[in-house]
Amino acid sequence: MTARAKNCGGNSGGKNGDGGSAGNAAPQGASFEILAREDFSDVTYLLEVSHPMMAKAARPGQFVIVICREGGERIPLTIADFDTERGSITLVIQAAGKTTREMQQLCQVGTSLYSMVGPLGEPSHISEGGKVVCVGGGLGVAPVFPQARAFKQNGAYVIGVVGFRNEDLVFWRDKFESVCDEFIICSDDGSVGIKGLVTDGIEIAAAKHADIDEVIAIGPPIMMKAAAETTREHGIKTTVSLNPIMVDGTGMCGGCRVLVGDETKFACVDGPDFDGHEVDFSDLMNRLTRFKADEAEAMERWASEADQPAALKSKADASAPQRRAVHGDIGVHWGTIKDNDGY
Amino acid sequence: MAKKTIRTIPQERTAIPVQTPEDRVQNFAEVALGYLQGHALNECERCLLCPEPACVKACPVAINIPGFIEQIIDGEFHAAYETLSDANLLPAICGRVCPQEDQCEAVCPVGDTLEPVAIGRLERWLGDMAIEQGWNSQPYHEPNGFKVGIVGSGPAGIACAADLAKAGCDVTVYEALHKAGGVLRYGIPEFRLPNQVIDVEMGNITKLGVKIECNTLVGRLFTIEQMIDEMGYDAVFIGTGAGSPKFMGIPGESLNGVLSANELLTRTNLMGAGDFPNYDTPLHLGKKVAIIGSGNTAMDAMRVARRLGAETVYCIYRRTEAESPAREEEIHHAKEEGIDFRWLTTPVEILDDGEGNVRGMRCLEMELGEPDDSGRRRPVPIEGSEYEFEADMVVYAIGTNPNPIIGQTSKLKLNQWGYLDTDENLATSMAGVYAGGDIVTGAATVILAMGAGRKAARSIKSYLGIRDTDAVYLPEQGGDGGTLFGINLEERNFVRLQGA
Repeated sequence: MTARAKNCGGNSGGKNGDGGSAGNAAPQGASFEILAREDFSDVTYLLEVSHPMMAKAARPGQFVIVICREGGERIPLTIADFDTERGSITLVIQAAGKTTREMQQLCQVGTSLYSMVGPLGEPSHISEGGKVVCVGGGLGVAPVFPQARAFKQNGAYVIGVVGFRNEDLVFWRDKFESVCDEFIICSDDGSVGIKGLVTDGIEIAAAKHADIDEVIAIGPPIMMKAAAETTREHGIKTTVSLNPIMVDGTGMCGGCRVLVGDETKFACVDGPDFDGHEVDFSDLMNRLTRFKADEAEAMERWASEADQPAALKSKADASAPQRRAVHGDIGVHWGTIKDNDGY
Repeated sequence: MAKKTIRTIPQERTAIPVQTPEDRVQNFAEVALGYLQGHALNECERCLLCPEPACVKACPVAINIPGFIEQIIDGEFHAAYETLSDANLLPAICGRVCPQEDQCEAVCPVGDTLEPVAIGRLERWLGDMAIEQGWNSQPYHEPNGFKVGIVGSGPAGIACAADLAKAGCDVTVYEALHKAGGVLRYGIPEFRLPNQVIDVEMGNITKLGVKIECNTLVGRLFTIEQMIDEMGYDAVFIGTGAGSPKFMGIPGESLNGVLSANELLTRTNLMGAGDFPNYDTPLHLGKKVAIIGSGNTAMDAMRVARRLGAETVYCIYRRTEAESPAREEEIHHAKEEGIDFRWLTTPVEILDDGEGNVRGMRCLEMELGEPDDSGRRRPVPIEGSEYEFEADMVVYAIGTNPNPIIGQTSKLKLNQWGYLDTDENLATSMAGVYAGGDIVTGAATVILAMGAGRKAARSIKSYLGIRDTDAVYLPEQGGDGGTLFGINLEERNFVRLQGA
């Protein structure tokens, strides 16, 4: 661990470019340093970030807003795990758009994020006992894991259903299975577990258990919508975690508004958990396309070799890592709508 | 010197150099360029130096206005700044954004016959000079051992922090965003309040010993209760603002291209979206932008849209200009910049282009009927006057609700509208916890928030039993330290005390 953490974007640690105003940028000595990193595939990676106070405060279902480097954008990322002994929180990220790809490249162990605030959102409601199905679709496996674990700790009977496109994209299989009483894994192409979608997994669980109290489903919006439709027929209460575009994440701008029943709610302070049978998923999916054109422009600039860090406003220093061409599927980004991912 | 009268002072208010509308819609530089020394001295001559200044009473933070003006006339600019900053540590900010026309300038007697003394412009001139010269007052403060936490680094929190730091407290300010300043930073655009001004004046606060910790959302990272029970704070001030935007509930509100003014301003002012893709946050501004509302926030949104390249910017407001709550100066500048004002118009529906984006609005024309509870004439729809127009972005600036997080995460008592319930000393339902600014009153102004911050600081000092070292003390009477011939002794404004 370097004694003086260097910012991902190349800024020297400690000074956050605020002029004289900000004093200490991080609360209670948090450095936002990356303590560990794991790459599950070409597109999915894990970052363990130092923040002792947040590790103590975080509860399942909550998220953070992160800025990778100065001049970057604020993006929401669900807290996939928190460790009070190591004083860290864990984020699992899919590299889909410009920012997540940039983070994939720059966020190495020893570097620091420019800003991270949380834990945001209302914590998930974890019942005592009962029987629950925890469903994670693709990247959704990460945010649903702490909920599954909490249910287990609260004495519930936990049925885990996870789905990936194929075997190469699988991550946290053992970790997830370890907090479940029953475990079903699905893949689109049948390369691992059952050939099918998580909705097939839910049907299997529902067929076997007539007394399921709740289904928690997290993944791309289209997957959560399909999961909710599946459980609606069985009359099982379903909770989903919504992922609209966010800016401040503290209830101040209304950018994350979602339609739940006939009410407008702000996902960052009223959610992110909502009743899956009340959510207007079409509206959510439409609003996730707000910046399609800008996202494409940003990706084009990022991908072109001619776009060097010096062109950006951030004070990236000369020793920033060389950009390499990124290959692999775009996949489904946690914050934007892409292919329907088979659901 | 011969006594001044209304006839002997310069009769015309000194004009302030201003960017032309054609120039300024292309840039985010300040509209009003500021007085030079000659302008300032000339304007100071117009002050009658009233023995019983109404302007001081009308100022929410009781700046000794004739005091600093007299010092400017005597050429003692640094001393004038000291007088000014004694009451207001953010003069370059307030000089720019205060509605002086409703406060000090409204009661200036010169304004009875001529135009009032341009107090705000003078305040700005002094504040800017201090920035240029690098002045800041840093008298040594003996630590008193008390630790105070401030939630929110906006004007209320900063004003409270400054007063408590000057009294010797160990003060920490917590800010949820990654940059400090609150609404000064995210809400007020660069052309009204440059970031550099915010940086320097906030820097003066930190030079008093105040610590500012960003990226901290109080209520979630730790609660107000934890601050008192576990983190060793003796008192807490909450200045979290009223930032949650209101929508109308009309059809089409969730189409792409509809956003709150808060979102537009945060993307632009805080995140640099105007410079996308050099800054990563996008805005995707339309060509024809309609802003609903006509307050100061609406004006800011309109003028930002104009500068970022919108060809047409509409202001849709259901009443008339006379009822608009915005500063006259802002409306005036907005008109010059080519904003198309549609008074007496109310939105009915936002129209879909078939692909989930805004293509236009349907509105209804209104006329003014009888006054409602607020005293303003209530608008009444005109039957059959609905019409549609093209737009590709609709911005809501119709007011805000209180931010829910403190209410969700603490046991503090809220009032029926969701704001924090406080008594006349700004104390909340929890001992040692005070609150002020928009989270108590609803959306208001920077200077009122600062006034609340200062008032809360007085209450906190009283609660903790902190004594100002130079004041004369009478027996405690309620929240104040007592008065001497009607002048509050908590005020360390000795020029006024001498006059008593």
